[in-house]
Amino acid sequence: MIAQNAPIIELRNVHKAFGPKQVLRGVDLAVAPGQSLVIIGGSGTGKSVTIKCALGLMTPEQGEILFDGEPATSPKAINAVRRRTGMLFQGGALFDSMAVWENVAFVLLYRDHVSRAEAKQRAIETLAKVRLPASAADLRPAELSGGMQKRVALARAIIASPELIFFDEPTTGLDPITADAVNNLIVEQVKALGAAAITITHDMASARKIADEVAMLHEGRIIWRGPVSALDNSGNAHVDQFVNGRAEGPIQPAI
Amino acid sequence: MTTAPVTAPAPERETVLLRPFRLIGRTVIGGFREIGRISAFSARVLVACVTPVIYVRELLRQCLKIGYYSLPVVGLTAVFIGAALALNIYQGGSRFNAEQFVPNIVVLGITRELGPVLAGLMLAGRVSAGIAAEIGAMRVTEQIDALLTLSGRPERFLYAPRVIAGVVMLPLLVLVADIIGVMGGWLVAVGALDFNGSLYLRNSWSFVTSGDIQSGLIKAAVFGGIITLMGCYQGDRSKGGAGGVGRAATLAVVGAAVLILASNYVLTSIFVRIGL
Repeated sequence: MIAQNAPIIELRNVHKAFGPKQVLRGVDLAVAPGQSLVIIGGSGTGKSVTIKCALGLMTPEQGEILFDGEPATSPKAINAVRRRTGMLFQGGALFDSMAVWENVAFVLLYRDHVSRAEAKQRAIETLAKVRLPASAADLRPAELSGGMQKRVALARAIIASPELIFFDEPTTGLDPITADAVNNLIVEQVKALGAAAITITHDMASARKIADEVAMLHEGRIIWRGPVSALDNSGNAHVDQFVNGRAEGPIQPAI
Repeated sequence: MTTAPVTAPAPERETVLLRPFRLIGRTVIGGFREIGRISAFSARVLVACVTPVIYVRELLRQCLKIGYYSLPVVGLTAVFIGAALALNIYQGGSRFNAEQFVPNIVVLGITRELGPVLAGLMLAGRVSAGIAAEIGAMRVTEQIDALLTLSGRPERFLYAPRVIAGVVMLPLLVLVADIIGVMGGWLVAVGALDFNGSLYLRNSWSFVTSGDIQSGLIKAAVFGGIITLMGCYQGDRSKGGAGGVGRAATLAVVGAAVLILASNYVLTSIFVRIGL
């Protein structure tokens, strides 16, 4: 790979266990700037754990995480990573004690110490990018529908123009139409920022829409990776079973 | 290691014999580990409390929640305790013709002991559980993780405002409890025990020293710290959905109550020694 395509984030041989349960058994993953990678895999295969390790929310027992070529291990380095990344959590994870605009403008208010008036203005501008009206700014997150909460969370993730955005199951719990709208917004906003994106999902429609490349996580390792166009003829029985949603195959259903 | 299989007793026998010791050992180590974790957590939060970046808006909100909204609970507790105390002392005092000491003992008991301890215990129920449930819900809905990814520090943004509010507001609540508690005693003494109202108050006022009140307020500040720290700690550690949040609230209340009673004894013995 040539220098300009040096990965923005790279995971090398990452292991993570919870007590006796080994979740990640050597994940290797690299994403280039501007690239959108979707990680697919069954429930409980460690997709969320992978991105939580990448963000320093969990500490792997073994392996390395490099952000922009620098190891992200010290608290200072992890802080630097978080300044340059955004994260959309599965349930939105909006702060329910705060108004919508305060959620969106959180980093402006509490990290960059922007004045409240200016922060609110920028929050409303960012809400407009995810097609939410300014009238939503003063509501509480609990007053919004699931799809609107996801959009607020997306606005919060993009307001500081991150270079890398993580999406944790962005369409889970949404109806197909709302899910498609959220997918469109994600593609549009990631492109507009020129950011790299790592999305974890088991929603294949979402994966096809968002991904440049797809990687499949199974039993704590990346077992396949390829461009989204190769998804249907991957030549990998595990990927085939997952993509087509069959109970029969090499992967045992988690029931 | 390599010689172990030769000298070790039969494995079945070993497990049975060692089981109680293993259990005791595990419990003791677990207890110390918990103390260590609480200490480390408290140290982190207390450092955050004295770090200049204080979120004023959040602090004021917590003062309102912890202080102002606890007034009814604390007031009701104080008035009934003052009243019951007056009755008890009157009855006990009558055994050696000391009924006239009701105002003195009520004011002493309330300011030095019952005001801070009972306000502390009531707030352990109200505030500690509330904080643990709130922080716990934030933990299980990933709001704490979200805070971290947004470069916010939970100890500064969530915990320090609560602990500062607890340490500041509980003494104020206890001051109110002192006054209402004495009034509770006064109501019973004047209403049921034929005391002269103004004489009762004059007796109380001239008897109580600033040391009595100060010792109660110092206790209250310590209890306020315990209550809020335990709530934050248990909330922070909670996991596993609604059940985990419920468990965090329970553990916070129990932990805070026990620590309040234990530290009350320690503080009282220190005050006695230094003559406060």
